[in-house]
Amino acid sequence: MVTEVNLCGVSLKNPVVPASGTFGFGLEMAEVYDLNVLGGISLKGSTREARFGNECPRIAETPSGMLNSVGLQNPGIDVLVGEKVPALRERFDGAIIANVSGFSVEEYVHCTEKASACEGIDIVEVNVSCPNVHGGGLAFGTSAAAAAEVTAAVRKVCSKPLFVKLSPNVTDIAEIARACEGAGADGLTLINTILGMRIDIKSRKPVLANRMGGFSGKAVFPVAVRMVNQVRHAVSIPVMGCGGVSSAADVIEMMMAGATAVQVGAENLRNPYVCKEICEELPLLMNELKINDLNEIIGII
Amino acid sequence: MKQSKFIIRENTAVADHVYRLVLDGDTSEMKRGGQFVDLAIHGFFLRRPIAAQKWDSESMILFYKVVGNGTDVLSRMQAGESLDILTGLGNGFNASACKGKALVVCGGLGASPAFTLVKELLLCGHDVTVVLGFNKYDDMILADEYRLLGAEVHIATLDGSAGTKGFVTDVIASLENDFDYFYTCGPKVMMKAVCNSLDIPGEASLEERMGCGCGICYGCTCHTTKGAKRICADGPVFKKEEIIW
Repeated sequence: MVTEVNLCGVSLKNPVVPASGTFGFGLEMAEVYDLNVLGGISLKGSTREARFGNECPRIAETPSGMLNSVGLQNPGIDVLVGEKVPALRERFDGAIIANVSGFSVEEYVHCTEKASACEGIDIVEVNVSCPNVHGGGLAFGTSAAAAAEVTAAVRKVCSKPLFVKLSPNVTDIAEIARACEGAGADGLTLINTILGMRIDIKSRKPVLANRMGGFSGKAVFPVAVRMVNQVRHAVSIPVMGCGGVSSAADVIEMMMAGATAVQVGAENLRNPYVCKEICEELPLLMNELKINDLNEIIGII
Repeated sequence: MKQSKFIIRENTAVADHVYRLVLDGDTSEMKRGGQFVDLAIHGFFLRRPIAAQKWDSESMILFYKVVGNGTDVLSRMQAGESLDILTGLGNGFNASACKGKALVVCGGLGASPAFTLVKELLLCGHDVTVVLGFNKYDDMILADEYRLLGAEVHIATLDGSAGTKGFVTDVIASLENDFDYFYTCGPKVMMKAVCNSLDIPGEASLEERMGCGCGICYGCTCHTTKGAKRICADGPVFKKEEIIW
């Protein structure tokens, strides 16, 4: 039985990857279970300078999901490549995916260059879609021209496989995907969170201090499957599917929709063991569904 | 951290909207008073972080207040039903930081997480004075249990329906100021007033809306004098001098 998949030359022992922002820097979980069951880990998003992020409350619950407005809290790209990645590399033999963000093309280039030069990093994932930050990623990820501009700029300084993580808050995801492919992306990750809002009707105030936040969790899974499938038909580069994945069945479904690897996000917050459980369950489900090789089902829809 | 199933032995109202939940299960990850657990409640996406009052090797007791739909569903659960719980979360209070006479100041439900701390302090041979503040008599929890432990207990209620009428700080002002260390747990405004009114070292247990409860989502980060800290994993207990109110 084959669970191994290949992302632009990087081999993953299985397609399961905790999504950026839902698994810290991996190290936080190294004491909880053996990380080596995972195909890869997408690390918490990094920016040029350290960021606190938004004020609390920055978590809100929704039916079958949640909103977050963490706002890219991170210690900065230098700490990521100098401390976090080397420490994780000692504990983890799977694919390490650095997720980088920026508030300008120059910042994206700066962070991508540092991540690309870091020995322990296998894939660079450029977040052009984080909806949390004022004047930040949103603008890049919601226009094909801006997404292509960032992609082309980071491509020049990136010698590693380059994935662009797309925002779902757009009219035509296929158009953005094609623009990123045309500008040199090796692959695409989608979807990031969907912009949402909740209001406390007793206090008559938004639940989140930041007013709005990114919607994720089981509830968004059908949106993610739809967008992955649209993108898979629009481009010929590999896709990492992400959004509402919470089980091995969801992984299979996402792969059928067109994903080569599958990221698990918000579900880690309700069940920190979920990625391990999915990795264990996947071969059993493959057996039941008579799938000998996961590569056979990628994009069959 | 450990994920396991607990069976409800008892789930009863003990004060206004406040329930006492007795659970049977594996408590091996619970190490210090002030630590919390994270309960999965059927039908709700996120877990509910709740501090443990006390535990032995095979059971633990939590106090929680019904404040929304999740805790409302929890309050309707019956003995015999099971709960998926992450145990052993957070740092808890540092009982060994106290070298002499301890002052423990709790507000409302904050009386629960400080209980095991007080037990630990008394076991170490310290004199412990506990000040419990509530809005009214109907909110009062654990006062007798603290007395049974052997602590000196003072009560303050805002409406004067039990103990001293006023705030916990009013009670503290009336006590002989010979404490070496303090601990506080309760509403933020109360803990801020306690920290500001005492010139001795101490620690406070902070609270925030949490995502994961175990340090991976960075959803509950607060500002401290030592930089950004996750309340769930770096806290919830912080030293007085670290806290930025």
